[in-house]
Amino acid sequence: MDTTVAKTGTEGKTWGGGNKPLNASYGKMMMWFFIVSDALTFSGFVAAYGFSRFKFIDAWPIADEVFTHVPFLHGVPAPMYYVAFMTFILIFSSVTMVLAVDAGHKMQKNKVIWYMFATIIGGAIFVGSQAWEWATFIKGDYGAVETKGGKILQFLDTEGNRVALADFTEHIPSAREVHLEKNGVWYDAEETQTTFTFEEVKAGFLANDNLLVRTQYYDENGEPTVLSREESVAKIVNDGKLVVEGANLKHNEYGHPLFADFFFFITGFHGFHVFTGVLINIIIFFNVVIGTYERRGSYEMVEKVGLYWHFVDLVWVFVFTFFYLV
Amino acid sequence: MSAHAIEHVEDHHDDHGHHHKETFLTKYIFSQDHKMISKQYLITGLFMGIIGIAMSILFRLQLAWPDKEFTIYEVLLGKWGEGGVMDPNVYLALVTIHGTIMVFFVLTAGLSGTFSNLLIPLQIGARDMASGFLNMVSYWLFFLSSVIMVMSLFVEAGPASAGWTIYPPLSALPQAIPGSGAGMTLWLVSMAIFIASSLLGSLNYIVTVLNLRTKGMSMTRLPLTIWAFFVTAIIGVVSFPVLFSAALMLIMDRSFGTSFFLSDIYIAGEVLHNQGGSPVLFEHLFWFLGHPEVYIVILPAMGMVSEIMATNARKPIFGYRAMVASILAIAFLSTIVWGHHMFISGMNPFLGSVFTFTTLLIAIPSAVKSFNWITTIWRGNLQMNTGMLFSIGFVSTFITGGLTGIILGDSALDINVHDTYFVVAHFHLVMGISALYGLFAGVYHWFPKMFQGRMLNKNLGYVHFWVTVIGAYGVFFPMHFIGMAGLPRRYYTNTAFPYFDDLADVNVVITIFAIITAAAQLVFLYNFIHSMFHGKKGPKNPWKSTTLEWTAEVKHIHGNWDGPIPHVHRWAYDYSKLNKDETDYVIPGQDYIPQHIPIKDNEEELNH
Repeated sequence: MDTTVAKTGTEGKTWGGGNKPLNASYGKMMMWFFIVSDALTFSGFVAAYGFSRFKFIDAWPIADEVFTHVPFLHGVPAPMYYVAFMTFILIFSSVTMVLAVDAGHKMQKNKVIWYMFATIIGGAIFVGSQAWEWATFIKGDYGAVETKGGKILQFLDTEGNRVALADFTEHIPSAREVHLEKNGVWYDAEETQTTFTFEEVKAGFLANDNLLVRTQYYDENGEPTVLSREESVAKIVNDGKLVVEGANLKHNEYGHPLFADFFFFITGFHGFHVFTGVLINIIIFFNVVIGTYERRGSYEMVEKVGLYWHFVDLVWVFVFTFFYLV
Repeated sequence: MSAHAIEHVEDHHDDHGHHHKETFLTKYIFSQDHKMISKQYLITGLFMGIIGIAMSILFRLQLAWPDKEFTIYEVLLGKWGEGGVMDPNVYLALVTIHGTIMVFFVLTAGLSGTFSNLLIPLQIGARDMASGFLNMVSYWLFFLSSVIMVMSLFVEAGPASAGWTIYPPLSALPQAIPGSGAGMTLWLVSMAIFIASSLLGSLNYIVTVLNLRTKGMSMTRLPLTIWAFFVTAIIGVVSFPVLFSAALMLIMDRSFGTSFFLSDIYIAGEVLHNQGGSPVLFEHLFWFLGHPEVYIVILPAMGMVSEIMATNARKPIFGYRAMVASILAIAFLSTIVWGHHMFISGMNPFLGSVFTFTTLLIAIPSAVKSFNWITTIWRGNLQMNTGMLFSIGFVSTFITGGLTGIILGDSALDINVHDTYFVVAHFHLVMGISALYGLFAGVYHWFPKMFQGRMLNKNLGYVHFWVTVIGAYGVFFPMHFIGMAGLPRRYYTNTAFPYFDDLADVNVVITIFAIITAAAQLVFLYNFIHSMFHGKKGPKNPWKSTTLEWTAEVKHIHGNWDGPIPHVHRWAYDYSKLNKDETDYVIPGQDYIPQHIPIKDNEEELNH
């Protein structure tokens, strides 16, 4: 055994016991460790996203061409403008949250109330914007055709501009018999039908000589592959299978279905966090209003929800970076 | 909230005579007292353990005598055991649920939940956990997840059957096998709740160790148990959420049509729309939890064994700081070795060699710990109490199982024995049996602390130990050989392959040992229940131990110490310390100095 004589008294030292070595209450530390844990859940998602994206790096849709809409500006291409606005709002709500926490330290109840209120409004705008973004993404833009192999074919004119299905489709009258629940025991509600059938799109495509097909793959220069008219016709006639309008968890007119899967899943999980964050903020807001923390003599609860709020914002920075920017 | 709780703790300092009125409901059911919660964890864990072990006996019967009919199948399995013949589907379900229950419900919640709750406040000198409320929520979430897991055994198509690792696509497609239906959904729901429970528990353990240590209890004076629980909780916080993300994505694939883990599948005459997903992605996410999970299971056992060995050898633990450092090293390394579970899943051989390297690094801290345990008992004044016997058994099985880990951790050698009984033997010895020994050691050692001074019967304990230790080796040692002979795991029967006919007798031997070992657990169960009510009351400090829990009141009171919390003046391992002249122990006639005794004039202060 070691026989060196040395001082083992730890009394009064930072880690000597009987104090708070990190100078933080247990509740605040719990929030920190919860954030560590939650961050790893998101890391799992982002790692899975990266894994899948690099697997299909030659066919991954470009966000600039997907998120081009802004509310009330129909038809004006504005790539990323709206998501940039959402991001700004969310980050600004973090600023107001910092101000609320700071006002709490100074025990200024009214300031806490107003800054918390601003934070809640910011969060609500963000969640609402995300709902709009989802709705736009689900509704779709130009429409596309999916091949038998599940690949997406989009339509261009000879100048290289995208052409919407509605602009060239030929209407073919046909009677569709719908199986109703009252007619049988075995009834599965059918999936939502697309506006046009594949036959209509094919007829319209063959009738318009200026239309070309763009595949979801990029060539060696990283440019989208546009087929010649002959190749386009052959592709549509031989491989075309169904019409895709918009995106859902199974089909995605913008390109690879995994793009939509991950978009819905990760922004959805993040949106759920923002939503719960807003709810928690509202609870704390009312506690502030009725003076709970004033009586308690500490606004630490505001600080704790503030930590959560900043974390949710930080996660958005990563989601924004990996989904929209790179 | 926190400020309030701290005041609460403070006023117990001054006002310790005062106790809240407890009703039956707040004392035994929705208790916020860490000692009661620990007992709730233990008893729930033991109950789940009975189910898990009973399942293993059923499938061992099937493996030993695949051509015989056993009425017990029909009694216990109902329509899956009609006429005494086990249905192949239920065989898969049994091994799946056995694995799940033993790994998560017994050895994670039952072991770490029980002893972290019991020992963290008592050994660091705290009145209770930082948040008694969240601690209670943590237990009840665990209880809920246990109930759901048990419920899943009764769904019509049977419980989950894709193995405890639930690899897709088997687990993702309800039409794949009966067990991939509602049983699998319940499995995922149960595990999601379990993860929430584990998270709340771990957060509590971490902040309690950081903030609530009594005066003088520096980090380097913590008993090794506390270090182990502390680091276990950190690993849990880091790795369980990744399983959570994998589980959520799997739920999306199962129920909402996404393709994260699925691609190009033709099943039941139908081409599925899924494209682009990768089951290997699931394996990565799963094993990023799955590997640290085995350390979540084994570290608490290691901590308790260190403590029990030092006490019963009447010697200081050998290499205290090395022990702490190796716990930290194991925790760190555990997060960068997951790939060794996937060597043959199509991994790039170069990446395989990287994972081989990191895996073999774990041998270093593991060996440090093993040698330190051996040197701790070397020339010690050994007290062969039951807890000590199980601790020695732990070191034995940990070394035996660890050595085969060197073979499995090598990507080239692994090819020959992957998915055979060699793997089964390895992980059962190194984490299953070892952690169970740690659990038993802990129960025998701290039973008096849990049940107000009552001790477990020592002679029944000896019977339990010797039958278990011989039986467990009897079960798992032969598995190495049938594994090296190529016998694959998870097969319902091996009679279809004449090549394995020679191994049939070994399987019979294994099953007989398994039945004997399981029967020995009934002795323990009887001992446990009987001693709970009629056990002999021992002295306040029955093992003459130095740690703080033995200074607390024998009778359970809220707040643990009737008087002020003791302050700590020395490390936890002052056993057999001699005075300056080396004429006697520091306290004459007493070979241990509890942590709260101030440094005496006649002893040298040591720098541990």
